[in-house]
Formats: sequence, C-alpha cells, structure tokens
Amino acid sequence: MSQVVDAPVPVEVELRPTPPIEMRRAVRLGLSGAAAMVLVAATGIVATFQPRMVIDPIVPLGTMFLYLVAFAFGWMAAQPPPTLEGFAPAVVGMRNVVAGALAGLLAGLGVGVLLILMTVFDLRGVFIELSPELVEILSLGLPVGAAVAVIALISAAAGALGAGVHLIPTRFRRSLMPALIWVAFFSLLTDLFGQLFVGLKIDFMIDLLYTSRGGALTVVGAVVVLVLFFALYWYLGGRDNTLRERVQAMPKDKRVRWQIGAAALILVVLYFIPKLMGPFVSQILVTAGIYLLMALGLNIVVGYAGLLDLGYVAFFAVGAYAGAILTSPQSPALSPELTLVAAIPFVMIAAAIAGIVVATPVIRMRGDYLAIVTLGFGEIARILLNSEWLAPYFGGAQGITNIPDLQVGPLTFSTPQDYFYPVFLFVLLAAYITLAVQNSRWGRAWMAMREDESVAEAMGVNIVTAKLSAFVVGAVLASFGGALFGSQIGSVFPHSFDIVVSITILVIIIVGGMGSVPGVTLGALVLIVLPNLLREFSEFQFLFYGVLLIAMMLKRPEGFIPSKRRAQELHSEELAQDAWLEIYGEKDQVETVPEGRA
Amino acid sequence: MVYGVLRFINFAHGEVFMVGAMMAFYVASGLSTTSLWTSNPIVSLLIVLLASMITSTSVAVIIERIAYRPLRGAPRLIPLITSIGASFTIQYLVRGLVGPSTKAFPRIEPLRGTFEFGGFVILRSQVVVIVAALAMMLLLYLFVEKTRTGKSMRAVSEDAETAALMGIDVDRTIVKVFAVGGAMAGVAGALWGLVFPSLNFFSGFLPGIKAFTSAVLGGIGNIVGAMLGGVSLGIFESVGPSLVLAGYEIPAFSQLKDVVAYSALVLVLIFRPTGILGERLAQERG
Amino acid sequence: MPLLQIEGLSKAFGGLRAINGLDLHVDEGEIVSVIGPNGAGKTTFFNLITGMESPDHGSILFDGQNIVGLRPNQILQLGMARTFQNVRLFPAMTVLENVMVGQHCRTKAGLFGAIFKTPAQRREEAAIEEHAKEVLSFFGTRLAGYRHDQLSMVLSYANRRRLEIARAMATSPRLLLLDEPTAGMNPRETVELTELIGRLRSEKGYTIVVIEHDMQVVRNVSDRVIVLDHGVKLIEGSYDEISTDEKVIEAYLGRPAELGA
Repeated sequence: MSQVVDAPVPVEVELRPTPPIEMRRAVRLGLSGAAAMVLVAATGIVATFQPRMVIDPIVPLGTMFLYLVAFAFGWMAAQPPPTLEGFAPAVVGMRNVVAGALAGLLAGLGVGVLLILMTVFDLRGVFIELSPELVEILSLGLPVGAAVAVIALISAAAGALGAGVHLIPTRFRRSLMPALIWVAFFSLLTDLFGQLFVGLKIDFMIDLLYTSRGGALTVVGAVVVLVLFFALYWYLGGRDNTLRERVQAMPKDKRVRWQIGAAALILVVLYFIPKLMGPFVSQILVTAGIYLLMALGLNIVVGYAGLLDLGYVAFFAVGAYAGAILTSPQSPALSPELTLVAAIPFVMIAAAIAGIVVATPVIRMRGDYLAIVTLGFGEIARILLNSEWLAPYFGGAQGITNIPDLQVGPLTFSTPQDYFYPVFLFVLLAAYITLAVQNSRWGRAWMAMREDESVAEAMGVNIVTAKLSAFVVGAVLASFGGALFGSQIGSVFPHSFDIVVSITILVIIIVGGMGSVPGVTLGALVLIVLPNLLREFSEFQFLFYGVLLIAMMLKRPEGFIPSKRRAQELHSEELAQDAWLEIYGEKDQVETVPEGRA
Repeated sequence: MVYGVLRFINFAHGEVFMVGAMMAFYVASGLSTTSLWTSNPIVSLLIVLLASMITSTSVAVIIERIAYRPLRGAPRLIPLITSIGASFTIQYLVRGLVGPSTKAFPRIEPLRGTFEFGGFVILRSQVVVIVAALAMMLLLYLFVEKTRTGKSMRAVSEDAETAALMGIDVDRTIVKVFAVGGAMAGVAGALWGLVFPSLNFFSGFLPGIKAFTSAVLGGIGNIVGAMLGGVSLGIFESVGPSLVLAGYEIPAFSQLKDVVAYSALVLVLIFRPTGILGERLAQERG
Repeated sequence: MPLLQIEGLSKAFGGLRAINGLDLHVDEGEIVSVIGPNGAGKTTFFNLITGMESPDHGSILFDGQNIVGLRPNQILQLGMARTFQNVRLFPAMTVLENVMVGQHCRTKAGLFGAIFKTPAQRREEAAIEEHAKEVLSFFGTRLAGYRHDQLSMVLSYANRRRLEIARAMATSPRLLLLDEPTAGMNPRETVELTELIGRLRSEKGYTIVVIEHDMQVVRNVSDRVIVLDHGVKLIEGSYDEISTDEKVIEAYLGRPAELGA
C-alpha cells in the first residue's frame, strides 16, 4: 500500500528533451500524400475546379486544391510531438521544414508518375477523368520531363510552406490563417458577397474586388481582403481576453443588458438577411435551416440519448407527407385541405406515432443493432412511399403535388425569402427545446442512459419511457422540418427521403459537435450552405462528407464547437499518458485499467 | 452473399465488395476481347476472381489501416460512424474514378443456358455461384477453425486484451481478419457480376446491408450460421414477396423485396435483441 | 417481518450454479456483511435482488412484497439502491448530475414541464439540486465545492466509490447494497469509509448489506455476517462466531493466522 503524502513537495525536475520528429514518418506521410494527390487528380476534382479562378489570373482552384494536399501533408509531417509532463517542449526548426518538404516532394512525385502514365498509356477507358485536359493542367503546358520536375518542386515548396506554419509565431499564425481562409471565402462565395454588396448598396466593392468575368478575386482584391482580415485578427489576438470573457466578467445587470443587446442585434441582422441576399441565397439558407432543424432533433436522439438513428429521414418523410396529405388538394386518398398551421398539430401526432413505432422494437437493442434497424426503418419508409401498393394513399413515385403555400392570417409565404422567417422560428424553437431539456430530469435520464444503460436502469430510470420520449421529441422536430419542406417546395416525392439525408444530418451533428447547439448550427451552415454556393463543388459533396467524417473521427471526435463535457470526455489525461508511453516503448510494462464504459 | 468475421458493423464492407466487382468487371471486359475468354473460360474466370480478390483485400486492409486502427479502444459508436464515412468515401471515389455510369458485364458463353434439376430450372451461372459460395465457405470454416491464424482471430474476437496478454499480435490479427473478409467480398463481387450483370458505384450499399442481415440472422462470428442466414434471407427475399404479399392482392409486390429483407432483420432483432450470439459483445461494450 | 426475505433463490449460468437455494433475511436497521471467496456468488446475489438478472427459482420479498420479475427501476423505487463492484458511474456527467440522476424515480416532472418551464418544474429542479448537494455534503469536503461541476471520470478512484454511494443515497433508499466499497482504497481511506458506513445507518437510518473482502471492515461494521460459498450459505452469525468456524476457515480464510491481519 502506498504511503499517503499530505502535500506534494515541489521538486526541481530536469526536463527530458522531446525526441525530434522522425523522417520515416515524413516519408510515410509523403507516400500517403502521393496517393491522396493522385486520387484528387483522377477523380476529376482538379479538372472540374480548374476553370474557376481563386485569384484571377494567377491561382486556379483546381491546381490550388491539388497543392493544398501537399501543403496539408507537409504540415502533418512537420507537426512536433505534443509536450508531455517531464519533457521540454519540442524544438521546432529546419528539421521540420525538411520533413515537410520531403513529404511534399514525395507526394508531388506521385502526381509526376501519374502524368507519365497518362502520356504513355491511354487510361481513359477505365478512369474517365484522366483526360488530355488533365494532362494539360498538371503539366502546366510544359513537356512531360520538365513538368514532373516542376510538379515535384512545387509540391516540395507547398510541403515546406505547410511545415513552416509550425515555425511562425503564434500570434502571426493566428492572424494569417484566418485571413487566408477569408480570402478563399471571398473568392469562392462570390454569389454570397456579391448579393450582400448589392443589398447594402455598396456595388463599387464588387468592381474593386472581383473580375468582371467568372467572378474571381482580382490580385488587388485578394490583397485587400488579406490585409484587412489580417489586421482585424492581429488586433483581436493582441488583447488579453476574448469578448466572451469580458462579458462574463461584467457585473450581472450590465451583462444582462449586453446579452439582450447582442440578441436584439442578431435578430435585426437576421431580419434583414433574406432581404439583402435575394432568392438564390435565401433558398440555400432555407434548406440549411430545414437541415438544421432536423440536426437539432437528431442531436437529442444521438447526442443526448446515445441512440444512433440512421433512419432519421423517416421522421422527416412522415412530417412532409402528413403535411402534404392534410393540406394539398391533390392528395390521392384523404384530402381535408387544411391550412398548414391547422395541420401542424396533426403532423406532430403523426410524427409522435412514428417515433413510438420505431422506438418500440428497438427498446432492448444496443449500439450497432439499433443503428442497423433504424436504417432499415428509414429504407422501409421510403420503399413503401414509393410502392404502387400504397400509391392510392401516397401517390407512389409521383408523390403529392400542389401543396399550398404557408398562410398565417393575412400573411402568405411563397418566396424563399418569405420562408426564411418561419424556418428560422422553428429552428429557434428547436434550439430552445434542446437547451431547456438539457438540464432537466429527462435530459439527465437520457444522458445516463447514453453513458450506461443498465446502471441507469438500476438507478431508477425507466429505459422504456426514456427511449420512447427521446425518439418522439426527435421525430416531432424532424416532422416540422418535413412539413415546412413540403410546403416550401410545393410537392413531396419519395426520392427526397433517401438514406443520404440521414447520413448528411449525422455528418452535420458530428462535424459541428454532438450535444452542442452552436456546433450543430455551424455544421449545418458549413455542410449545406457551402456546397450549394460552390456549384462546382456539389458533384464531390458526398466524397467530401465521407472524408470529413473519417477525419473528424480520427482527429476531433468532439466536433468543431464541442459541448464542454464531450471535449473533456474524449481528451482525458489518459490519452496523453498513452502517447507518453508509446514514445518510450514502456507500454507493455504498464497496465492501464480501461474505464468501464464503451 | 458476403460473409464476414468482423466484430462490428462495417458499413464499408459493401463498398469493398463493390470495388471487387468493379475490378472484376474491368478484368473481364479486358479479357473478353482476347481469345482466352472464348477458348478457356474457366481460366479467365479464375483470373477475374483472383483480380477482384486482390483488389478487395487491399482496399479492406487500407481501410483498416487508415480508418479503424487509430480508433481501437475508442467508444463503440466512433468506428461505426467512421465506417459510414469510409463507405461514402469509397463510393464517391469510385464514382469519380470510373464515372457514375452503370457497367454491364461481358457474357461468358458456357455459363448461359440452364440445368434441369428435378423439375427446377437453374441457370448455369447460378450453379457456379452456389458451388463457389459453398467452396469459399468450407475454406473459410477450415481456416478459422483449424489454422493458427484462425485460432488467434477467434481469440481476439473473444477478448482482445486477454489475447494480447497471451502473446497474440492483436493488430496483425485484425488486419488478417480484414484481409480475409476483403477476399471473401472480392469473390462475392466477381460472382455478383455473373448473376446480375449490371454494376455501378452504388451497388455495394444494399449487398452490404444484406450481408450484415445474414450475419445477424445466423449469429455474428459464426460462419455456418452466417451461411444459413444468407441462404434463408435469400430464399425469404425471393419467395417471400410472391408467397406472402401476393395473397393479399398487393400490386407490384416485387418492389417490396427489400422491405421483406429489412423486416426480417427487424423481426430477428426484436426477438434476439442483441443478435443470436451477440449478447456477450453487447455487455462488454468494448 | 424482515425488510428483505429470500427463500430458495437459485441462478445458474450454463452449468455453473452461481446461487443455489439461498435462504436469508435482513432486518430493518441491520448492517449485514456478505463474505465469501471469489466466485462464491456474492455479486450475482446483488444482481438478482436488484432485478438486473432474473432468478431461476425462489422468492425475494422486499418489505413483504414479492419483487421477482420487476424491472430494476421499479425495485429501486421500492427503496433498494446499490453500488457496483467495478464502479459504474456516468463518466461524462458531472458529479452533481450523477447524484441528480439518482433522484429520477423520486421526482416526476415531464418533458412538457422542462420545455415550458412551469413553476412546478422549476421548484422540483431546485429541490433536486438542493438534495443532491446535501447528499454530497455527507462526504465532507471530498465531493464539495468545485468538484460538483467536474466530470465524474476525472475523479480519483476513492472519490468515484464515494460518488457511487452518494448516487445511491440520492434515491432515498431503505436498503443500501454496497458491493466492495473499500476495494482499491488505501488504509486511511478504508478507515474513513468504515466510519462512513456506520454513519449511514446512524444518521440516515439505512439498512445496509455490504459485500466486503477486508476483514477489518467486516469486523467493524457488521451486526451479522453471512458467508457464501459456491452459491450456498455456509454459515451466518456474528463476526466472532464466523471467524472461528471450522468450515469458514477451510473454505475461505485458509489459515487462522490470517484472521487478525
């Protein structure tokens, strides 16, 4: 038995140096980078993006994307190991840059090999994207031999640049990186910013920043944006504490006034958004809002209650079809032609029933099985809606059309700009419910169930009620989304309720941060708004989702804006300890007792 | 029909299968222009099988390396979500690489035509599939039950930690499991091409789910069970709709084939909520 | 009438008879220790009476009511709470939340209450928090103050054990089942916990059944000791009686010399 020590005696410990980064790792990453760059080229990403200029005329999007891969792998290769207790911080120096350049070089050579293969053989029979245009883009118009060398050099430079990120001082880096990202935003989201400038009546900004054709940033525009945002972030980074901390440090009444003011400001901005943005951007925002509504619902089911539901789209479908049947005069069997407002209570009831139907059989199931069964339910719903068997009720593949616009009293909502407001209202409602339920008796019961189902039950939580209620709340929120969706589009078809929708919603909450309302909001904005604004991008949307899912699970399973508790949960000290053991190869001698949880 | 010895739902397994089938398609169409295809169909078929096996195996091993190994010991939902990500990634990578069009397998002349078997008419290609499936099953069974590697696989699936303490290299064993699973999926992919000669990037999804359904029907980790599960699911799916639904005068019942498959899955899991052999896995939640 | 009355309780796992025809009773206000070698069926015994596993045969009467076949949450509601041998907290919930979950079955606010923030729900929520803090204060400064908002996974091992007891206390039980409460604690912590078990009865009025390996603890807390071996009751009696019994020494303690350890 160990002796009890009353107070730790501070001891001067000599810090051991952290071992330097390994070149072998850089080589490995370089080879992976080569594979990644070849795939980026061969799936057609480069060629599709090429016509779009980031900065006209010097940086085309396709080439930039290609070398961004080299940049990223260079960054990874040069990443210093974490500083562990008892160690001096790693020394970052030329060695890191060399590692980054090495990784970039290898990656670039991969593309070179692809280029040679493409010129020697005709691979188009199998790989349709390996076209002469791609050769043209990759070789930069040079003969093959020279091109290979140039590609390798550019890649090595990109890799070294990526590595260099570790070298520049923190404040500089924290100002430069966001500024670069803003440049990319300004350049790629021309529609958004263009509309905004027109809406704000500052059209001259468009002429200043953008070229007349293609809508890319001019060199001047890029520099202006870069400098502006760099200065902003530099200023923000120079202050000791963030705005949030300062607001929290205020006396209570002043803080409340601040918060009310901020909320009012946000509401005013939100009120003007659709007016400024025009129909195209508003439509995207409405879509994102509907996804956000569903994501918040799924967040309760998955994030709080820990029930991985892969057939969540079924509830969306129930909402959409219930809304359609109750309001549309074209509904095949039953057509009460209610207004949407009058139909909402019935939609909720239908959704609640659907929630119970799905939840009942899965009450005794755990983890994986629950996931696969809910997925089954989602598919069953879609197939049934699509079938000729039930066509007399649901219209089969033709769906239900002619759904009237939303009407509230004298107001009629028809354009995307109009729909922004009701969607936003429901999102607000869902966010409120999410937050209100979190610190309540049932919220705690759900979390307890997520943590350890049998212990939760032994501590008095009725698992049956808890699961049913989680599914019902999730289903009702999704059904709001469905009803609004149907009403806004004016028709519902079975093919809108594909498994892909379920997965997209799941990606939103995982990328944003499970259990966190701001995270889920950010997730919906990034994952729905961006691909829709970047039209070139939509073809690769799901590839991007897939890669993002894996990357997030590997690097940041808690999401971009995690709820505090999940961040703690997934990055507890044990992980750091494991890394420490790995470095010194002592893992076998130390037995770590795993926590009794999944 | 795909059969796995994997321990968690690997959504990407269907994609491994699809990649194998894709490879089979390209090798087969490459071969179909040569004389070997007509002069010696058996050899060319074997080449196709081998190619798809190798491809699927490598894809499975790569997935394991990139997406699953770093997550070993993470909460159970995380590898599950990762596998969904991997599934999407592979689907759309393949779509990008070879395009979204549906591919048609070249025909193999000797496999056309039918056998008559006690009143049943069976396509020759189906006979090949059944024979090959049985052979693979037997091989897999012998491999898992009789060899040293097979033994360590079973040990790891029982209790990875203890297996590690007994001197089994868990990482290597799991890679081998993925490799074997991948090879099986590759064979299945090639066979798929014989029976259903159309293929696109999305072809892996449904077979993947059904493979899992078979595995659950029979009991996860139990090869004989998986086989029985696969067969019964197949029969249920093809006979069920016409037998059960037609009686109720439901039009176009063939559309509901997949509903029957999913319902079977749901029903099995209701009565065996953690799978037939899954109880222990659910409890340790590792 | 005893608080807990068990007759002919049996449970087999495959061929292994974990509990085999067990009869025992626990009176109101008693502290009973259950001891026995590893695999004697002690934890299975707890699982059976709390409804986490269902017995093959036998009856379990709690306060005169047969509880065989009830779900664990229903049994808890009747007033029987437990801790776990291998500490099973809700790791990603805070200390306070862990304890608040314990009151789930003693409260009744629904989802609508939470969404509309009804006065009744607010009052109840405040009361739950109050009660949780009060329960935690029972452990002195160990689980007080800033610890309320820590995730339970960051606690030390001994504190996790304490928190488990607090969570069980929050359910306002009549019978408290402690499964090896001192396992993994250092001698000082063990002494502290022994004293705490005594206070649980004197201050809270719980009846307590404790599974324990540490003979020192068993001697200090128990009114009565029950020795299990291979799923059957070997003997029961006071600590002095059982510690000198031949059968016990043979089955469990090995050599008499270990007794005073």
